[in-house]
Amino acid sequence: MFKNLLTLFRYRVLIQSLVERELKARYRGSVLGFLWSFINPLLQLAIYWFVFSYIMPTRGSMGMSPYALFLFTGILPWTWFSSSVMESSAILISSGNLIKKILFPAEVLPIVIVLSNLVHFFLGLPILFAFLIYYGKVQATLVYLPAIIVLQLFLTLGICFFVSALAVHFRDVQNIIGNFMMLWFFASPVIYSYLTIAPSIQRYLNYNPMTHILVGYQQTLFTGEMGHWPWLLVMIPASLITFLVGYYFFDRLRETFAEEV
Amino acid sequence: MGIAIRVSDVTKIYQRYSHRKQFRTLKSALLGGNLLAELRPDERFEALNDITFNVREGTTFAIIGRNGSGKSTLLKCIAGISKPSAGTVVVKGRISALIELGAGFHPEITGRENIFINGIMLGLSEKEIHDRFDDIVDFAELEEFIDAPVKTYSSGMYMRLGFAVAIHVDPDVLLIDEVLAVGDEAFVHKCLDKIAEFRRRGKTIILVTHSLGLVEKMADEALWIDNSRVQLRGDPKKVVDAYLARVTHHEEKALVAEEEKAVTEFESPKSATEHEEQESEIEPSSAFARKKGRWGSREVEVQEVTLHGADGSARHIFTTGEPVTVRLKVKSTGTIHDFVFGVAIFNADGMCCYGTNTHLEQFTPVKFSGEGEVRFVIPNLRLVEGTYFLDVAAHQRDGYPFDYHRALHQFRVQSKIKDVGIYRPAHRWEFSSNIVLKPPKSTS
Repeated sequence: MFKNLLTLFRYRVLIQSLVERELKARYRGSVLGFLWSFINPLLQLAIYWFVFSYIMPTRGSMGMSPYALFLFTGILPWTWFSSSVMESSAILISSGNLIKKILFPAEVLPIVIVLSNLVHFFLGLPILFAFLIYYGKVQATLVYLPAIIVLQLFLTLGICFFVSALAVHFRDVQNIIGNFMMLWFFASPVIYSYLTIAPSIQRYLNYNPMTHILVGYQQTLFTGEMGHWPWLLVMIPASLITFLVGYYFFDRLRETFAEEV
Repeated sequence: MGIAIRVSDVTKIYQRYSHRKQFRTLKSALLGGNLLAELRPDERFEALNDITFNVREGTTFAIIGRNGSGKSTLLKCIAGISKPSAGTVVVKGRISALIELGAGFHPEITGRENIFINGIMLGLSEKEIHDRFDDIVDFAELEEFIDAPVKTYSSGMYMRLGFAVAIHVDPDVLLIDEVLAVGDEAFVHKCLDKIAEFRRRGKTIILVTHSLGLVEKMADEALWIDNSRVQLRGDPKKVVDAYLARVTHHEEKALVAEEEKAVTEFESPKSATEHEEQESEIEPSSAFARKKGRWGSREVEVQEVTLHGADGSARHIFTTGEPVTVRLKVKSTGTIHDFVFGVAIFNADGMCCYGTNTHLEQFTPVKFSGEGEVRFVIPNLRLVEGTYFLDVAAHQRDGYPFDYHRALHQFRVQSKIKDVGIYRPAHRWEFSSNIVLKPPKSTS
């Protein structure tokens, strides 16, 4: 398994060019092209802002003000996470040709998905920063942002390895994953603040690794205090273990892919 | 010379899951807590059974066999795409597999970008692709379209690009799986030239193909697989002949079954005088195929129709140029003074290759009673390769039918020479002394 993990490094050129292809192919043929990577998060922000300002106004209490900006801080990383997981549930099956017909390292596929969604995440960040500056919310804690991104990267990779391999054997995964991710969304502090949740419920939310990642983003970018750091320390081994377990699972099933997809 | 590929005791078992599995899916697996147990198959299919062989460096090795015999599975095991369930495969040097051309192409991006990505997938470095880029485009003959998205390519262009990239990986071992079946004549020749160039440069080639001519022409050694096992290995000519003999044997059996079905279907006359044609469908692929049928009063009955070769044995498969005798067993209900026997041969398109009868050839019927045999002797079967249908008939001179068999009997003609048409006149080639050709190795 570790030998296989090391060969991942050898595939970096392949991964890089596949990510490029993915990004190029996604917007090819559309009028606005690559601009969509900026427009989509903006539109998303506009919708949430409209809903929570006019339809069901929320008082941005407990460090959630302005609320639209708070929301956006959580939605960007959540979109990266959930798009990656959902796309990886179909990737091995839709790339059956590669796995069956040429000698192709299958683990590259979920990695490419996570990384191309990471690129979209990065393209959304300037918009977020623009609003943070506009509201005068630039925090010194910003320096911790890369660390949280790395934590989320490993966590997401691990889950995507697991989901993509599982979906090959149980096509049901592709059907359930949408609703499952919606449940996960509401079980994560994106539209609400972790701190406003009753401790009895908070206890359960603590089992959700995305809780801590998202609180991490909100604190580094939005509130500017790192009260959540003990949990983030816990997330370091947790993310790594998720990554390794996910990869192990993928590796174990690897040989069945060529026959099952 | 060393060994380029060493295949030792390779067995491949495909695991199939029974229908039960479709209902017991993720939920039950999770609830039962036996996720990994659920992933275990309950039905097994042996695609390869204990295959062992070596391929020497610099030789061309052909693998032949019927569809589903395990050829492609073996090739995938050698390529490393699938892993043998038991046994080992050792390959020396860089390997490139032409199993499906353009497998990694993305339709939305251009040919240029696809060349780069496909090249990297096949193990080239960016620099190597840069160096070979022009050759690849040149070979694929796609200069004008290289910056168009691949989805706009015709399937021929797509295959050409796929082949061009794969061949320019410059492998030590090249695996080819029937990919030459696509593309136009000119491109196939170009590919064959490229493969020949590989041979000259001392590369090892494994060729899986149904084109037996290609095997005899190109291979140094051949392997015949059937029913997941090695049937024979050795000199290509010997292996191809053994394989053909088996194929002929199978076809013979199929033709016998077909004929039995056709004859019994039309066995009983609806009524003695009814001129009704009974219709049944045959091979929907040939739109021109004639309807099978049998009709007539049966005052004279054609009871049995058989074709015989030179040795007198009844067969359904013949070789061009062989002597063939059509034997009709006929029976008359009384004594008859007006009768004609006829035979006609139709090809698979329903075109009449030849038809004649005793009346046309000016025999005058005198009398016929009881049981007898009519033999139509063809000393030299001058037909090109293909499937043929035989009409036989007994009728009166005015056409009143006793027993008419339309297309109930069929036979196949095989030929080493793939000439075309419906008839092969006896011929030979002659050349003046300044035109020099090498005669074929062995004419059969």
